[in-house]
Amino acid sequence: MLDLHGYGPAIFKGAILTLEVAFLSLFIALLLGMLAAVARLSKNKVLNGIAMVYTTVIRGVPDLVLMLLIFFGAQIGVNAFSDVLYERYGIDFYININEFVAGVTTIGFIFGAYMGETFRGAFLAVEHGQIEAGRAYGMSAWQVFKRITVPQMIRHAIPGIGNNWLVLVKTTALVSVIGLEDMVRLAKEAAGAVHEPFLFFIPVAAVYLALTSVSEYVLKRLEIRFSAGVVRA
Amino acid sequence: MSQTAALEARNVHKTFGEHEVLKGIDLTAHKGDVISIIGSSGSGKSTFLRCMNLLEIPTLGEIYVHGEHLAFKQLRNGDRAPADKRQVEHMRSRLSMVFQSFNLWSHMTVLENIVEAPIHVLGKSKAEATEHAKELLERVGLYERRDYYPAHMSGGQQQRAAIARALAMDPEVMLFDEPTSALDPELVGEVLKVMRSLAEEGRTMVVVTHEMAFARDVSNHVMFLHQGIVEEQGTPDKVFNNPDSERMKQFLAPKY
Repeated sequence: MLDLHGYGPAIFKGAILTLEVAFLSLFIALLLGMLAAVARLSKNKVLNGIAMVYTTVIRGVPDLVLMLLIFFGAQIGVNAFSDVLYERYGIDFYININEFVAGVTTIGFIFGAYMGETFRGAFLAVEHGQIEAGRAYGMSAWQVFKRITVPQMIRHAIPGIGNNWLVLVKTTALVSVIGLEDMVRLAKEAAGAVHEPFLFFIPVAAVYLALTSVSEYVLKRLEIRFSAGVVRA
Repeated sequence: MSQTAALEARNVHKTFGEHEVLKGIDLTAHKGDVISIIGSSGSGKSTFLRCMNLLEIPTLGEIYVHGEHLAFKQLRNGDRAPADKRQVEHMRSRLSMVFQSFNLWSHMTVLENIVEAPIHVLGKSKAEATEHAKELLERVGLYERRDYYPAHMSGGQQQRAAIARALAMDPEVMLFDEPTSALDPELVGEVLKVMRSLAEEGRTMVVVTHEMAFARDVSNHVMFLHQGIVEEQGTPDKVFNNPDSERMKQFLAPKY
């Protein structure tokens, strides 16, 4: 049996944390991605501009730099805000930006931009005649969006969502730099303590691999489900 | 006018950029009328049809559905837009359209396609809509295919399903936009047969078509469009056998 010198349970907990960060940031990323895509495709110039700046900046700056910027930047922002509140209104208000929240929002924020581009492409792939038929039958814009555009868009988006998800899972390793005790950080600590890096990093790599393999399987199933009605080549 | 027209278009103009596609077209469809709109490609006939359910917004001109006037407003950039989206949606639900490329919703089965708008637009119950849909599928000969997805059917079957989808709305007027143009020649007949039976039961139809035999035999009024104006119109007998316009004569002349 693998002897992890008593670090096993801690690393297991780290793996759970990795999963939590991954799923919560996926949720945020999907939400932001949808908003960004809709904004990018809207005729409203302001929304369009905001979404374009968002996707351009996020995709152009390294994830690690963003993570540090958001973690420290947000704390400085909150501090400044609470200072103003205290000086002007005498309100004692303070939040400590916790690493977990910072990690999840940063990763969600980063991948929201990628998801946005995935969704945008998928929306554009929906045939116009499909939407037109909805309008011609008296559906409201919202009904067309919900009942026709989105279900058809999803099947174009799934491969891209899947790809983003796999990269996202691996990106969660970055949360260790802001002090979150995910499995990478714990493995590093353990490896440092007992001077056996492979003993700890290989199981960690295996956990990531298992996670992504399961994901690929689930994605395949989803793809089949959402391609009902498509003639497969 | 003794009877209110089911659908009326007055002085419809449409301009795309600099190009004026429609230069003032009128149409009156009374209940039971079958009006064929013919003309070469680029004559504006499809655009005119699409103006009637506002898939295109007429640059000028008015639309009346059963006497109800469609209100427009002027946008700040000078474009015209419907004044009331609800009114447009309601109006569209009374004019079902059959498209050249069928446009059945590809993520739904045939049955789901047919009950979609009756449930979500007209507010029918699922049971009632399904019952009605099954009768219509029976009628267009696709009952056995009700659980197929559109991609797994031939063009002729898809178009018949699309006609059933249009009928499910109990429309006041059916608009057909070149319903057989995308079909293989051997599949045209099955669609025309269904359309003829609709005409015979007194449905009000406006049909943009290249099928001269259909226009001649089934419709009671034919409009010939050329470069955005009505060059010739009247009974099929008049238009096909005794046209006044030179263009119409050329259009009918053998091309080879």
